[in-house]
Amino acid sequence: MNRALLSGNEAIARGAYEAGVQIATGYPGTPSSEILAAIAKKYKDEIYAEWSTNEKVAMDAAAGAAYSGRRALVTTKQVGMNVLSDSLMYVVYTGIEAGLVIVTADDPGMFSSQNEQDNRWYAKLAKIPLLEPADSQEAKDFVIEAIALSERFDTPVLLRTTMRISHSKSVVTLGERASVPDEVGPFIRNQEKYVCTAMWAKKRHPVVEQRLINLADYAEDTPFNRIELGDQNLGIITSGVTYAYAREVFPQASFLKLGMSFPLPKKMIRSFADRVDKLVVIEELDPFLEEQIQAMGIDVVGKEIFPPYDELLPDTLAELALNAGLIHQHKRSASTVTAPEGLPPRTPVLCPGCPHRSTYYWLNKMKMPVAGDIGCYNLGCLPPFNAQHTMGCMGASVGVLHGMSIAGLPERAVATIGDSTFFHSGMPPLLNMVHNGSRGVVIIMDNGTTAMTGHQDNPGTSWSLHCEEAPHVEIEPLVQVMGVKKVLTVNAFDVSAVENGLKECLAYDGPSVLITKGLCAQLDRTPKPPYAVNPDECIACGTCFKLGCPAIIKSEEINEKTGEAKAKIDPALCVGCDICRQICPTGAIQSGMTDEAGER
Amino acid sequence: MNFLVAGVGGQGTLLASDILAEVGMRAGYDVKKSDVLGLAVRGGSVLSHVRWGERVASPVVRKGEIDYLLAFEPLEALRGAEFLHSESTIVVNTKKVPPVSVSSGSASYPAKNQIEQILRNTAKAVHFVDAARVAQEIGNVKVTNVVMLGVFSTLLDVPFKIWEEVVVGRVPTKYAELNRAALRAGRDSKNTEGEPS
Repeated sequence: MNRALLSGNEAIARGAYEAGVQIATGYPGTPSSEILAAIAKKYKDEIYAEWSTNEKVAMDAAAGAAYSGRRALVTTKQVGMNVLSDSLMYVVYTGIEAGLVIVTADDPGMFSSQNEQDNRWYAKLAKIPLLEPADSQEAKDFVIEAIALSERFDTPVLLRTTMRISHSKSVVTLGERASVPDEVGPFIRNQEKYVCTAMWAKKRHPVVEQRLINLADYAEDTPFNRIELGDQNLGIITSGVTYAYAREVFPQASFLKLGMSFPLPKKMIRSFADRVDKLVVIEELDPFLEEQIQAMGIDVVGKEIFPPYDELLPDTLAELALNAGLIHQHKRSASTVTAPEGLPPRTPVLCPGCPHRSTYYWLNKMKMPVAGDIGCYNLGCLPPFNAQHTMGCMGASVGVLHGMSIAGLPERAVATIGDSTFFHSGMPPLLNMVHNGSRGVVIIMDNGTTAMTGHQDNPGTSWSLHCEEAPHVEIEPLVQVMGVKKVLTVNAFDVSAVENGLKECLAYDGPSVLITKGLCAQLDRTPKPPYAVNPDECIACGTCFKLGCPAIIKSEEINEKTGEAKAKIDPALCVGCDICRQICPTGAIQSGMTDEAGER
Repeated sequence: MNFLVAGVGGQGTLLASDILAEVGMRAGYDVKKSDVLGLAVRGGSVLSHVRWGERVASPVVRKGEIDYLLAFEPLEALRGAEFLHSESTIVVNTKKVPPVSVSSGSASYPAKNQIEQILRNTAKAVHFVDAARVAQEIGNVKVTNVVMLGVFSTLLDVPFKIWEEVVVGRVPTKYAELNRAALRAGRDSKNTEGEPS
């Protein structure tokens, strides 16, 4: 038997392969990004995969492919689903010609997200089936099931993972790829189905409702919903990774394990409820299952024990279950030690050589309000910069800046947005600024990649997901044709050019764009010698510490007049970006030297 | 058997924990593994839970149930301590990677003897290994992670051949021999313990 140790995301990629998926689209976002990466790496010959400019575009593209007879898969993180949902909602009405599955990777615990929304509601909102795998084997199997369900019921299907499913690895039995046609077409002209104009869409709505009833019948029979009878004092209804946790914490209890968690198998739930004394729902985030089961008139508890925020890891579950009297003792070994207190935190920082550093240095010095956006540069909100005052979602910075402008703030404001985020959803709000005569500086921080999520390509790079050459879109002419009259491009590693560019744009009476261009330090492979501080020249003024560079550290040497520590540079970390040399007021920082501190 | 692999972004922690999980699978165990990356690439902590067993349910291990801590950095070893029990074994790389909170002067790195004392009080056995030096001697500090696995392989009852096969299978072909050498050097260096950092 062919077995492999796969992450949930790799297993989803494998599932797409085995299910005969031929088209895969998405936009990078933790914890979903590795799905398309794995498809592009391992199944390049069988599956076309692309990074689309945003999740909505990815959804439309997958819909078009599924209308054309190709099995398709779309990937998104939980908040990307908000962008995608506009397009999902029409596909719910049209149905498809070939299977279509949307994979949403949610982030309970918010490891890398701006909120903790529970995307299972999207299944209920859209009236489509929802599958929730509990490990990598199920992640693979459920993609195959999703494609089958999609074609059998003529519906898009939502497959929801969480970070612990996407990023955990477990053993998966591999299967063969389903046979799929090489050729498709011609396009099926079925206007009453595929044109959602009101007169036709109105006729589709009852179809959607009937489909949901049929799906609820199916939910009773699918092997992915199952009752595991144990001790009948306690019955637990659960889905996804919480099943794995709960199995650990309540080894004796009875379980109703829902692989297909919408629409619910109501008969199965009633039968389970009848067989146990106390019925509990364990689900991370919202009371999605609990409310529906309560609405059936069944006596069940959930959120009064297990809160609707954060992960419900086994330790947390055990603690809460103990407090609620569901279990009587911790399985925890008696010799548990406590963590030493006061350990220095290891918080993320802009890398040494990061091209964003010069911009946040000036934004901190100039003290104006900054509307921020999603990307590594969100670290600009932290010390020593403290130079980001709003941050909400992809592309929000530009619209928020416009709002600051029309509100009539007494000061000039700026927005900071990265290249990939600008392509994703920064362009419509910039057009809006032009159209509505806004004022303010949009700083597009072009580091030539989608760095935060793992350096995916985007329209501004020259490569596709399949590592083939792609047209390179230059941002400056793009924003010029969008009607921005004041556009400057500066080298992000030239500190005074960034300062002058910013001042020039701030002085402009209208919407302006400052493009700070510099390659991401993680991609820059040209070796430059590390810099060093000459301790005789350093006056311990602290200017270079305001760059928040991990390579610049406090020296044991102090300025005897002020008592302040001088600076030194860790040559193992310094990549020679030159930014600190430019801001040092005494010229103490030089290239290519190795001082004593340099030997490690 | 439950393992915690702790390190800092860029140290090859994830590759090491992947290898550890795969070794378990090849040795006939059911295996699960969970990584917490956070913003690892920007210098954050990286924690991986790896579990080998007859049948493993949760990919996340409960506190007090980690049998082996494989720490790539002394401070991260301390952070992992709360997952251990009194019979646990720790292997720790003595090479320090000070976080920015330390290098910027806002926090201080725990003293060498303090680290040693806490770890020795926590677990039954603690092995301090200067894995970075061993890796450097082989010719590339980047294989520190595989040196650590080599040390670790002496503590587990799995044929060394499986370790070698998995390591070689997981690295680019041109680095296969370097990594094989690192694994062997780690295995041989176990008895020449490094000084606690």
